[in-house]
Amino acid sequence: MSREFDTVIKPKTGWFDIKLKEVWAYRDLIVLFVRRNFVSHYKQTVLGPLWAIIQPLLTTVVFTVVFGSIAGLAAKGVPSFLFYLSGTVAWSYFSSCLTQTADTFTGNAAILGKVYFPRIVMPISTVLTNLISFAIQFAMFAAFLAYYAVKGDVSVNRYALMLPILVVHMALLGLGTGIIISALTTKYRDLKMLIGFGVQLWMYATPVAYDIGIIPQKYMSLYMLNPMTPVINTFRYAFLGVGQFELNYYLISWAVTAAILFVGVILFSRVEKTFMDTV
Amino acid sequence: MSLAVDISHVSKEYRLGAIGGGTLKGDIQSLVARIRGREDPNMKLDKAGYNGNERFLALDDVSMQVEKGEALGIIGHNGAGKSTLLKLLSRVTAPTKGTISYNGRIASMLEVGTGFHPELTGRENVYMNGAILGMTKAEISKKFDEIVAFAEMEKFIDTPVKRYSSGMYVKLAFAVAAHLDSEIMVMDEVLAVGDMKFQQKCLGRMGDAANSEGRTVLYVSHNMNTIRQLCKRCVVLDHGKVIFDGDTETAIGLYAGKNRLLRNVIECTDDMRRDLFRDEKIVLKTISLLDVSNPVFNNKDVIKLNIEYEATKEFEHICLRVPISYIDGTIIGMATSMPIIKCKRGINDITIEIRPENLASGRYSARFVIYSVNDFGTMETHDVVDSAFLFDIDNEATNNINWEHRYWGAISFPVIKIV
Repeated sequence: MSREFDTVIKPKTGWFDIKLKEVWAYRDLIVLFVRRNFVSHYKQTVLGPLWAIIQPLLTTVVFTVVFGSIAGLAAKGVPSFLFYLSGTVAWSYFSSCLTQTADTFTGNAAILGKVYFPRIVMPISTVLTNLISFAIQFAMFAAFLAYYAVKGDVSVNRYALMLPILVVHMALLGLGTGIIISALTTKYRDLKMLIGFGVQLWMYATPVAYDIGIIPQKYMSLYMLNPMTPVINTFRYAFLGVGQFELNYYLISWAVTAAILFVGVILFSRVEKTFMDTV
Repeated sequence: MSLAVDISHVSKEYRLGAIGGGTLKGDIQSLVARIRGREDPNMKLDKAGYNGNERFLALDDVSMQVEKGEALGIIGHNGAGKSTLLKLLSRVTAPTKGTISYNGRIASMLEVGTGFHPELTGRENVYMNGAILGMTKAEISKKFDEIVAFAEMEKFIDTPVKRYSSGMYVKLAFAVAAHLDSEIMVMDEVLAVGDMKFQQKCLGRMGDAANSEGRTVLYVSHNMNTIRQLCKRCVVLDHGKVIFDGDTETAIGLYAGKNRLLRNVIECTDDMRRDLFRDEKIVLKTISLLDVSNPVFNNKDVIKLNIEYEATKEFEHICLRVPISYIDGTIIGMATSMPIIKCKRGINDITIEIRPENLASGRYSARFVIYSVNDFGTMETHDVVDSAFLFDIDNEATNNINWEHRYWGAISFPVIKIV
């Protein structure tokens, strides 16, 4: 009987139920959401997208002064301003992907409660919106990098070609963690409280504000389990030439990312059908 | 004709009260307690007798089928499950049991304009809303002019919608949804907003969609006139169950006269009252029919009733007002009494006569309003009993006409004289 119909709505579905084909059919919506998010974010501001630059720039200045000059935690051999800028730009892409996707269900309840579209469209467009900000910030980083490179302070190596992979890596990790939290916050609002300083703590567990060299060797393998650490390391190694690229750790990071994303997608697809009843 | 929507044995269950402990900590506590075989610490916090798992069936084994090109009305009182059904159809939430199958896309207009972003212009929002409803950019571009023309918004289309009036907002949103190439349109009270002219335009548009474009329309409304205008078939929901599925007139009659039988003696209970007009100074007690055994009359008869009421003090002038409605809720007219001189403290009773002259055949309900007029001529309403007394008018048909309330209303004027 049900075979004559295109769509059948059933109470419960399997564990893994993300229809990629359907997401593709809604690609125009993703584009429009990205546009909407970006445009509405900077509407009626004087500086507009410049804000995307100001934020990491100020953070970098503070980091350079506090952690670089005062505490002396920056890597030796490279301008500490550039050291912190690279960390901040990469980290802020990841963290904004994470915090914004974490808000998917609770923040958009009004629209999600009225119409159907594949819910995953929402976090995907959030990640893409942040990509625009990242591009702006990266352009700024590239400008500073070019300046220092001409001066001969740093040298970019061929690992810089990994940039797209690193960006995708951060996007997927942020998305995965974000949708896990978004799925859980529909029921437990506690996590919403946690997320703000959780991201902050995570940052200190990642070599953003300091050089990885200060981590004692005996804790190293534990420290490297944080999937963001190899990403930031690789990023810095590629553009600044500090530290090193360790393939093993980098692959572990990918494995952890894949696992998180997998769990995230499962949780998300479990929740998306009925979250309106609890949110 | 092929089926467009098949709803089969659908139930939707909600849990009453707060879901879970509400906090992760609470849920873990409960889980640990359950594993260790102890009493759940969070249960104790609840009120005595309340068990956290009380369930409520918003829809209970609902089945219906809608054919392609059909306009189906869904009516029922608040809480009957109409909106839940539409929510399931538009996939906002999933059913607890049963399946819903359909062909094509569903455009839902549960609340038009929810996808609108205030900062974006009308044009941007048309694209946005269209995409949310599942159109591609190319499809929207093709229909864009038509949408704007339908909404009568040519002048304002490049203004941010936060500057729109609410009417403009709704018009534009409706226009988008109505022009979507969806095979099925789901609508919930969307026409409550917007002026009469636009309402009619929308109804016309939906009618066209069903009749000439072969689209299927599911329409929920409390406005029986729009239901009549659009739908030939209606489903009546009551407490989550389908209690009727068939022609619109019968459905409306059933909806309006739900659970009410013709009775000779009516005790005025609280659920017939509107709290707004109650001051307990005079309380209507019973209304009983005199002289006949059943409340069935023709329009030359006299309806004789005895009304018993209790007054807390003496009143000089008491009046009675009896508005009469057709069974679907349309008010037909009102009969009023001359001031009843004096009522004493305690139980009083009066006998009244109402002449239903010119009423056409059909079932009617009467409301009883008791009020007093003081020496300064100020009126004070004391008690209102709604739709308490039901009666049938059964006239001898002139020219064998079966009275159609839908087209002719409820007043049958005297026969036309040929001179």
